[in-house]
Amino acid sequence: MQQYFYQIADTATQGLQGSEVLTAYVSGEDSDFCRFNGAKVRQAGSVKQAKLELRLIVGRRNAQGELSLSGVRAEDDQRVSQMLTLLRDQLKQLPEDPYLLYATDVQSSERRHASELPGSAEVISRVVAQAKGLDLVGIYAAGSLYRGFANSLGQRNWFETANFNFDFSLYLHADKAVKTGYAGALWNEADFSAKLASAKAQLAVLNQPARSIKPGQYRVYLAPQALAEVTEMLGWGGFSLKAQKTKHTPLLRMIAGEARLAPGVTMIEDTAGGSAANFNDLGYTKPAQVTLIEAGVYRDALVSPRSAQEYGVKTNGAGADESPQSFALAAGTLTEEQVLPTLRDGIYLNNLWYLNFSDRPAGRVTGMTRFAAFWVEHGELREPLNVMRFDESLLRLFGDKLVGLTAKRELLPSARSYGQRSLEGSHLPGAIVDDFSFTL
Amino acid sequence: MVGVVVQDGRIRRLFELTQPHVDFASLRYHRDQEDSIAVRQDVLQPLTTCRDEGVMVTVHHRGGTGYGATSELTEAGLRAAFARALLWAERTAKAAVTDFSRLEMPHAAGTFRSPIKTPWDSLSLGSKVELLSKLSRGLKIAPQIVDWSSSLWHQRSERLYLTSGGGEIYQDFDRLMPMLSVTANEGAETATRSFGRMAVCRQQGLELLDQSGFHGAGQQIAEEALALLAAPNCPSGPLDLLLAPDQMVLQIHESIGHPLELDRILGDERNYAGTSFVTPEMFGSYQYGSSLLNVTFDPSRPEQAASFAFDDEGRPAERAYLIKDGLLLRPLGGTVSQARSGMAGVANTRADSWRRPAIDRMANLNIEPGTSPLAAMIAGVERGIFMRTNCSWSIDDSRNKFQFGCEWAQLIEDGRLTQIVKKPNYRGISASFWRNLRQVGDLDSFEVLGTPYCGKGEPNQAVFVGHATPACLFSNVDVFGGE
Repeated sequence: MQQYFYQIADTATQGLQGSEVLTAYVSGEDSDFCRFNGAKVRQAGSVKQAKLELRLIVGRRNAQGELSLSGVRAEDDQRVSQMLTLLRDQLKQLPEDPYLLYATDVQSSERRHASELPGSAEVISRVVAQAKGLDLVGIYAAGSLYRGFANSLGQRNWFETANFNFDFSLYLHADKAVKTGYAGALWNEADFSAKLASAKAQLAVLNQPARSIKPGQYRVYLAPQALAEVTEMLGWGGFSLKAQKTKHTPLLRMIAGEARLAPGVTMIEDTAGGSAANFNDLGYTKPAQVTLIEAGVYRDALVSPRSAQEYGVKTNGAGADESPQSFALAAGTLTEEQVLPTLRDGIYLNNLWYLNFSDRPAGRVTGMTRFAAFWVEHGELREPLNVMRFDESLLRLFGDKLVGLTAKRELLPSARSYGQRSLEGSHLPGAIVDDFSFTL
Repeated sequence: MVGVVVQDGRIRRLFELTQPHVDFASLRYHRDQEDSIAVRQDVLQPLTTCRDEGVMVTVHHRGGTGYGATSELTEAGLRAAFARALLWAERTAKAAVTDFSRLEMPHAAGTFRSPIKTPWDSLSLGSKVELLSKLSRGLKIAPQIVDWSSSLWHQRSERLYLTSGGGEIYQDFDRLMPMLSVTANEGAETATRSFGRMAVCRQQGLELLDQSGFHGAGQQIAEEALALLAAPNCPSGPLDLLLAPDQMVLQIHESIGHPLELDRILGDERNYAGTSFVTPEMFGSYQYGSSLLNVTFDPSRPEQAASFAFDDEGRPAERAYLIKDGLLLRPLGGTVSQARSGMAGVANTRADSWRRPAIDRMANLNIEPGTSPLAAMIAGVERGIFMRTNCSWSIDDSRNKFQFGCEWAQLIEDGRLTQIVKKPNYRGISASFWRNLRQVGDLDSFEVLGTPYCGKGEPNQAVFVGHATPACLFSNVDVFGGE
């Protein structure tokens, strides 16, 4: 696809008129999806798609268009040509854009991740065989993914990977379940079996009468997957320069100097350690790392080219939404053996669900417990917990209520697939938090 | 009148040429175009124009099922897509949740077209930009306003659905979403008021701008954002709660729509969107809400966001009561879910694009108007609160314990609207909340609303849904504010 995309871009560049500048960004995949319910297949199929984003620039005027590529050269050249004609017509009716900024220093790059994907048929038959008798529900997604950039100035960037992400749950009954997953670029049967066995072992703990707790404040352990839901809320405007400047950020009080996080909290946009492309749709290369919060203090924001121009700072290659794609939270010191004794009496949360802001300017979020949550007494898992709603401040959760972070972190690739499979992920420890507020 | 995709017969010929000899085959062709124009802080943002075209083919064979999606609209492209679909059907033949070959898939024929009076293209791009720029300039009415924007989002989606049994359905959906937003700030306090976000979305042309009040809404929301900055926090405690239609949209969606989706009840969504507190045996006997609660699946109101004549598996769509006089009657389940469960459902199987298979969605889910004038509802409340415009939503995976937040609220004291309060939130449990429905607004407060952001499914997909509703009054709801 790389050469095909470059050829499309070359042809489009040859058709430019006068001082026109063109940028092109392609994102695509060739994916298999198999959806399970009760360890049987509900839906299965394959999706081959490529979306091309074109931006036509004349002076400070610009217009952008998106189209789907067919993979047939003559057809795609025609689609691109028609889109450029449309954009050219639009430009005549548009005012200048004071915040237009695009890469003019040519910085080409190429990055490929090695992979050895199993055949989907093989995986499906193994899953069905291994999950026999289990109520397994979830989705297996696998295949190649790519991102590419080209402009009429001669810059070329390519990122390509192939991976699988089997995101699944084992259900015991009603809403009592263990959620887990197995993702990577090389399927190892032993690793998958171990994941399944671990989930089955947790199911055994779930198989006893559930406990209901009263609303109030409890010490909790947030496993990395649960913490990922929390950090995703931080990423919703928390590190965006535009959100800061327009006062939409949930870290408003922190940026105003009214609050700071615990000294052990360091948050990074870790492009070098992540699985997303290292360039954006306007051709800017992302730095290996951007330190967002260092030792509890706000440091750098994610800055899109447009925000950079609007607010007079340098871009660090962020996308238009200025949210992290490869978020990392630095490890703490708690060993795995110390988690339950440190929690002592409280709640062990493997997952959270459906978070949203209950008071965005104050950084307060609400959400639910989900899947395997356990009541812990004297440092031992006792019984499963019925679902509870929480309402808690992000500033306090990562601030004065934070007891500690675990030394071991987990890489958590996103299973999101709106429009196309996500390349995002996070690298997170677990966290013990005091006085976590449950409300319903 | 039908679109060019039917007139030229290209897709039909390709389907006839490439469909394999199987128990059932279908092709769903999409041609979508989107245009987004936004002015933020009086500066036109980069225009976005999208053109998207592709097909999904589906095969049921020897009990299995499979799909293939491609934008390569050639004989070779469709043959490859069918080959992959057939391969999946073979792989899943002995491992599927049901015997797909025994399903009686519809083979209907017909058309649908959105009732557009003033087409999107009837106003030039320059005129649309001028309109939005003018509205934007009217939003910055005070120094405390730190962000403001106006926008129009237009989407047209043509779909052609063909089946191996001769089914042929062409539908042409045309939707418009106008939006305004104002954010005011002072120190560490920020307040946002908006028009249209998450709620004003219909299958209408530019006539929607007049009908929805888009032109005149700016001054009001700007003043309200400033008023919120100066307002005290919403009080905490049990209060009677009056919800405006632009919050009822969310309340219906999350705590009636999703729990009634049959695929959730069957467990398909348990790994992602969640399950449901509703179980099959509850239909016909469960009192979902007070006797004032009447909920319809209504694809027949043509201007509503998710009206259609057929769902994406070709099932003819008809209006049906899901809840009548508070009694739960029928789930939201399409052809496959109905066959799997043995329950009656509706025509609600939909996909967001050619990239995704169709699943059970809620489409238009409406609360039928009651008899209470809004003024009378307010007058009848001794101690309560009136909330408008959703800004936060969260509910558990069984769709029971919810917490929602609104942009705007005003206390009701002794039958009168009094103090404005900021950061209003409320929480409750679906199973009991709807039984506390005390009054349902009449036609004067009834609004036809909708949203483009209903997310669900594995792989994920987001679809348009419609919710028409009057204002509704609930007793004794747990209300609270911010910090």
